Amino acid sequence: MNFDLTDEQKAIQSLARDFARGEVAPRAEEMDREEAFPYELVRKMADLGFMGLPFPEKYGGSGADTISYALAVMEIARIDASTAITMAAHVSLGASPFYLFGTEEQKQKYLVPLAQGKMLWGFGLTEPGAGSDAGNVATKAHLRDGKWIVNGTKAFITNSGTDMSGGTTITAATGTRPDGRKEISNLIIPQATPGFTRSKKYKKMGWRASDTRELAFVDAEVPEDSILGERGQGLKQFLKILDGGRISVAALSVGLAMGAYDEALKYAKERHAFGQPISSFQAIQFKIVDMLCEIELAKNMILKAAWEKDQGRDFNQTASMAKLYAGEVSRRVVNEAVQIHGGYGFMDEYPVSRMYRDQKINEIGEGTNEVQRVVLARMLGL
Amino acid sequence: MKIVVTVKLVPDTNAEKRIDPGTQRLIRTGVETVLNPYDEYALEAALALKEKLADGSTVTVLAMAPEATKETLRKALAMGADDAVFLTDAALAGTDTLGTADVLAHALKNIGFDLVICGGLSDDGSTGGVPGALAEFLAVPGITNARSLEIIDGRVHAQRETDNGYQVVSAALPVMLSVTMAVGEPRYASLKGIMGAKKKPIAPMALANIGAPGSAGAAGAKISLLSTAPPPVRGKAKVVEATDGLSGAQAVLDFLKERKLV
Ligand SMILES: Cc1cc2nc3c(=O)[nH]c(=O)nc-3n(C[C@H](O)[C@H](O)[C@H](O)COP(=O)(O)OP(=O)(O)OC[C@H]3O[C@@H](n4cnc5c(N)ncnc54)[C@H](O)[C@@H]3O)c2cc1C
Ligand SMILES: Cc1cc2nc3c(=O)[nH]c(=O)nc-3n(C[C@H](O)[C@H](O)[C@H](O)COP(=O)(O)OP(=O)(O)OC[C@H]3O[C@@H](n4cnc5c(N)ncnc54)[C@H](O)[C@@H]3O)c2cc1C
Repeated sequence: MNFDLTDEQKAIQSLARDFARGEVAPRAEEMDREEAFPYELVRKMADLGFMGLPFPEKYGGSGADTISYALAVMEIARIDASTAITMAAHVSLGASPFYLFGTEEQKQKYLVPLAQGKMLWGFGLTEPGAGSDAGNVATKAHLRDGKWIVNGTKAFITNSGTDMSGGTTITAATGTRPDGRKEISNLIIPQATPGFTRSKKYKKMGWRASDTRELAFVDAEVPEDSILGERGQGLKQFLKILDGGRISVAALSVGLAMGAYDEALKYAKERHAFGQPISSFQAIQFKIVDMLCEIELAKNMILKAAWEKDQGRDFNQTASMAKLYAGEVSRRVVNEAVQIHGGYGFMDEYPVSRMYRDQKINEIGEGTNEVQRVVLARMLGL
Repeated sequence: MKIVVTVKLVPDTNAEKRIDPGTQRLIRTGVETVLNPYDEYALEAALALKEKLADGSTVTVLAMAPEATKETLRKALAMGADDAVFLTDAALAGTDTLGTADVLAHALKNIGFDLVICGGLSDDGSTGGVPGALAEFLAVPGITNARSLEIIDGRVHAQRETDNGYQVVSAALPVMLSVTMAVGEPRYASLKGIMGAKKKPIAPMALANIGAPGSAGAAGAKISLLSTAPPPVRGKAKVVEATDGLSGAQAVLDFLKERKLV
């Protein structure tokens, strides 16, 4: 067994760290306050190859592995969760469906510009009435004169409405299966599709600089060949997409925890009370040690899931555990990080207050804690 | 043209530095090695020049350092250098600044160059003595502290930073030039660069390949290091908590007056 990162993985980690500290950190607070989407940072991340990090070079990607991807997401989330989710959602939810299931033609048309970061793409699974129960799709599509006519609504879709968003891939019921259940397919919906509109950005508690919108389809028309891969495979496809996504969401959670830990450690050494730095109080020391232990544990679980994926092994159980555990670790760590900051942690100008708000979604998005437990229990045959 | 950038491999600039009391040398174990930050500026200047010329010019990096630090050079390759030469030899340990310049000059003559670009200073040794001595040993014009440079008709035109402005100088190639941080922020190594760097060559070089100059190693050193001492420990800072700028400024002023500094 070997825990060493390769030289390449180390180089990518340190590039992401330098980029996050040098480019993202100076803007993070303002972006959050102004709810300003990080266009310039996305363009820079595209130039550096982050937006297509794990895809092969022949599809415009950087050809790096899943471990490198997880490390990069961690380093960016360590500084700013909004920037990290923008990149992670683009890679894992926007671009990877094309990589995993697209026809060669769809790969050339969509995956290449997405991996190059020339445009962003969303993945629309959740509906106002179907979140955890995502298979219960109400959005419908039927064929008319060689076109799919789409009707329905999607809720909370990341990267769907920026100036550089090219479109969204959505799940829709495209018919009825022989067993009477819905036939679900993924449909590729470009931004300019007639009948497809995006709401204004939601007002959010966290991830405020990221782009999240509601999508409406009213007799929206797309060509018949807009099905991603094979018709009727939508359910299987999105489950597989979410499996891979769990590694990046887990990385996002632990990255956020690392950032909160960094801030707490620094503050504990600087802040004096009763004539000594608060880091000299055992109550504070214990918090810091516990934070570090949990971060290390979550990080190892994520890297193991990423390693399993890179080895071509079944990684679903590890990824699901990592997503669940890292999400909960991020809550405990940001909570203690604010506690260590005392009243200052409640103030906007301290990064931990933003991290505290950014944390909660880690336990909701891409499968809630409860849903992860349901999934894991099922894997145990319970 | 052939541009060679000399890069020193130094202990992580953020790590705490400790001196081995026995050898009087920096303890390198457990400390990561990085490219000397000033040399990243030199590399940036070289890469920008190469891109601007776009005439098939190449950028080679040259480092003289202990064997174990070799892979650190990948970062320079990831940033865009075409290839690297890694000069290492057990007999180089203890080389002084003049010796370093002499050995590097031997290496550069062996590699061949039109333009050598150095950083202004190393983060650890910090003598700033190498570039000037290098020009002398290479017997080429030396332009130090350049803040910008361009090539016009086989000549380097550069702005040299001085205390109260800058000088515009020019010299016919080949030239040795050292840069300041004003040449431009070093680029990030892109992912593509990182992935491609492992395929780029790092050519090994030993003293025997360059005529084993006698200036190498502790034996060739003209300067003996007698002792080292850590910087004096700084006294505890006084922290002023102020509710607004004016009262803060007043507190600082009172403090300075108290010490008769204003
Ligand atoms: C900022 C943001 C960005 C998002 N981005 C996207 C995106 O890009 N694409 C996309 O498709 N979706 C996206 N989502 C949606 C997200 O994935 C869903 O919100 C999430 O899956 C939960 O669904 P829900 O909100 O409908 O909650 P519900 O499913 O209504 O759940 C409510 C509560 O009930 C619990 N619950 C539900 N079912 C069970 C059960 N069987 N057993 C026990 N407890 C249960 C849940 O755990 C939760 O606590 C985003 C959401 C947010 C907030
Ligand atoms: C086996 C071995 C062990 C060494 N151990 C040490 C050590 O313990 N401590 C130490 O400080 N040095 C060590 N060196 C390197 C060498 O002795 C120093 O580089 C030399 O003292 C230069 O002085 P300076 O650092 O003040 O350079 P400066 O004059 O401050 O550097 C100015 C510029 O010169 C160039 N330059 C300087 N040194 C090198 C170099 N080595 N390779 C390429 N370009 C260079 C760079 O462009 C730099 O920006 C070792 C080298 C070898 C091969």
